[in-house]
Amino acid sequence: MTLMLEMSQRALDLGVPMSVHFDITYRCNERCVHCYLDHDNHGEMTTAEIKRVLKELAEAGTFFLTFSGGEVLMRSDFFELLEYARYLMFNVRIKTNAVMIREREARRMVELGVEQVQVSIYSHRPQVHDGITKLPGSLRRSVQAIRFLTQQGLRVVIANVLMTTNMRDSAGVQAMARELGVPYTLDPTITPKMDGDATILKLRIPGAELDGVFHNESLVGNVEEFCAPPPRPDEDVMEGYPCSAGHTLAYISPYGDVFPCVQFPLPSGNVRRQKFIDIWKHSSELNHVRAIRAKDLTVCSGCSHVGTCTRCPGLAYMEGNMRGPSTADCEKSFHRTGIRSADMLRKDNDKGRSCAPGPLIQIQSAVA
Amino acid sequence: MSEMYVAKYIAKSFAIASRMLGGEMMIMSAVDSTFFTLNPVASVIWQAADGFTPLSEIVTRHVCREFEVDPETAYRDVEQFVEELSSYGILQVSEIPFPASSAAPTEAA
Repeated sequence: MTLMLEMSQRALDLGVPMSVHFDITYRCNERCVHCYLDHDNHGEMTTAEIKRVLKELAEAGTFFLTFSGGEVLMRSDFFELLEYARYLMFNVRIKTNAVMIREREARRMVELGVEQVQVSIYSHRPQVHDGITKLPGSLRRSVQAIRFLTQQGLRVVIANVLMTTNMRDSAGVQAMARELGVPYTLDPTITPKMDGDATILKLRIPGAELDGVFHNESLVGNVEEFCAPPPRPDEDVMEGYPCSAGHTLAYISPYGDVFPCVQFPLPSGNVRRQKFIDIWKHSSELNHVRAIRAKDLTVCSGCSHVGTCTRCPGLAYMEGNMRGPSTADCEKSFHRTGIRSADMLRKDNDKGRSCAPGPLIQIQSAVA
Repeated sequence: MSEMYVAKYIAKSFAIASRMLGGEMMIMSAVDSTFFTLNPVASVIWQAADGFTPLSEIVTRHVCREFEVDPETAYRDVEQFVEELSSYGILQVSEIPFPASSAAPTEAA
């Protein structure tokens, strides 16, 4: 077990919120077609409120802090918040589109000891990238910012969200990452909007494209290993937790709402009304999430993929049942291994049943 | 502490993150993302690394008192530990106190 895994396990055992994803604003200078957020300001927390929350997080034991949004630099107090977070000794990562980062901002991030900056790049082709962000010139500015950041010695990661409009451009973005000397990550997950609107799900890439992604050595490493059939789930798997959401991870919105994860919109409290630690320890919603083991999952507990699936309980929750399957992850497991998930088989059966003619003879026991 | 010791002061490097978890200090360097954990004795020294308290005082006040070790053995071990952390770039060592602005703060937790 690596040192990091050992400490994560300890955090889990002690109930410590080791990682927090903090969206400090939903405002953004881009209007990405796949974004799940509403970009209006409905009353963001003030500088003083956020600082108080950061202090509470430090006291609760949070170590990994991700500042994200919206676009973090839309807040004029961003560097004040960053400076305070570093004063409290958080390991800080920033997710940004980077279009507002120039040399001065890059230098300040290095001076403040930011560990990593993740920049969203959708395509190496300006017309595709800018077509997704709806901000003309955004690819040029984001790439220029990556150069500023790396010249200052900052660790930058390119995040490439794949959707129907850019699904053929991952190799181009990978090549761009190589040229810039930064790591590349790919994510084919499109989630419904925070308000439940699922219309953007039409942007999800089709299954045949997922096959290509999961069998591409440059993206997944050892294809044989990555796409191997799942091993038979043992007791450890069945007694295990689906993911870290609500266990060692929490998400805080710009309005102070606390959720188990950024992809899990189950309102669990608000730091404007309660101390973070009280929400973390006593929220009935978080405790409900924590009580769920793999063996409790309604369909997935009987699925051969249960031990290896990337099943997101947040996506399952958005589909109506946090103990149920997440269709997108069933698709991923299937296209990775070629083995249909329990939920897919169940739906196949239901479909077959609805098409089949009724039984020729119906027999009912005479015993009441 | 006797005069045989050269005065030393220790301060946390700025580009590091740290937090106590279950009695052990987790440390991560922003320079190269190296992750460290310190045992309870080392964690006490780390927490006391404020840049202006002499290392000898940290040893007598924190290590000897809390862990019942004799000062000379403790100082020798602590010096070695400090050198090691310094070689990883996560602790700064000086023969004069650090200016207040260059020393990282003590953990909130």
